[in-house]
Order: sequence, then C-alpha cells, then structure tokens
Amino acid sequence: MLFFSYFKELVGKEVTVELKNDLAIRGTLLSVDQYLNIKLENTRVVDQEKYPHMLSVRNCFIRGSVVRYVLLPPDGVDIDILHDATRREARGN
Amino acid sequence: MSWAGPDELFLSTSLASFLDKKLIVLLRDGRKLLGTLCSFDQFANVVLQNACERVIVGELYCDVPLGLYVIRGENVVLIGELDRERDELPAHMTWVSEAEIRKAEKAEKDLKDLKGSMRKRMEFLDFD
Repeated sequence: MLFFSYFKELVGKEVTVELKNDLAIRGTLLSVDQYLNIKLENTRVVDQEKYPHMLSVRNCFIRGSVVRYVLLPPDGVDIDILHDATRREARGN
Repeated sequence: MSWAGPDELFLSTSLASFLDKKLIVLLRDGRKLLGTLCSFDQFANVVLQNACERVIVGELYCDVPLGLYVIRGENVVLIGELDRERDELPAHMTWVSEAEIRKAEKAEKDLKDLKGSMRKRMEFLDFD
C-alpha cells in the first residue's frame, strides 16, 4: 500500500507517465487507485507527431499494468518521510 | 472501483465519469478503438457501443465499423475521452475508404519486409 499512499500524495501535481509501448503522456494527476491505475487531466502527448490519434484527448485513464515510469516533479517527494514510511512498511505495520 | 456518488465520481479513478462519452481505447497490440462506453468493471473490461477501429497509415486514416464490442481489460492500455471541442486528428490527414487503407497497410508492411530482408542479406558486411 506504500506506493498507493505515495501516489495519493501526488494528486494535483504535474507528472509524465511513460507507458510500456513508449507513449509518454504529461498531465495533472487526477486520481490513482489500488492497482496504480492513473487518471490524468489536461494531458498532452510528449511526441505528438508520432501519435496523431491522441490529439483531442484531454482526460484519460491509464491501466496500472502498462505503466513503465512515472516522472515526478522535483519537489514531489520528501525523502525523509519516504524513508520512514518504507521502514514502517518493511516492519509490517 | 465502486459505484461512486456524483461528488466522488470525477475524483475517483473509476471509469464512471466516462460513461456515455465518446472514447478512444488504445490496446496492447497498438490498435485504436473508438466508441461510446456502456459498461466497465474493476479490471477495466469495457463495453463499447458503435465501436470502430481507427486505422492510421502515414497521413491516411479510416474508421472501420465494428459494432458492439466487449474488450477484455488486460488488453487495455489507455482510455481517453475525445474532446468534442477539438479536432480528433490533425488537419493534414486524409480520410480514405476501408479498401484504400488496407492497400496502404499492405504497402507499408511489404516495404518493412523488404527492408528487413535487404538488411538480412547485407549482414555479412558486418555494419557494426
């Protein structure tokens, strides 16, 4: 559940999601669920020329299983809090 | 994903906010299906009404009608809402008939195969 909680903290931030099919989409994180499915708004595809069919998509749902990376804003993580949460999770509570 | 009330509906990750909207569904094999969302579940299995496949080859495209489609969730990559205010495709792209798009698809595939076989035959030259 750690990453689910972590992503919930990032809601409202601008992220870039890179998919396993190399499609990279930038947008505002709207919501995330237990499968790490992601909803983005105000999306734009990083390489628009290559993906003309995505031109009019401004809101999208991405299935968690196809995500390769999520690129976060530089201030998206407080390392100390994340360390603590990770240790707590590893201890099992 | 549960049945959310109107307030949570647009904030939750549920596909409920996409119901009755025109969507584009990208599949793992690269296909692009368009249609109206009738139903979905927690695996992102979806039912599309008036589904069609958008075949794009270079600057050409065609929407091939399919009918009512049930898509198994594991094949879904992305579900995007098509904004009615915006053009679905860049202005320079041309609509062609299904026969023409299939011909263009075949031509593209043949060219790719040819390039592949040429490279194979030249392999003894050891480019790298």
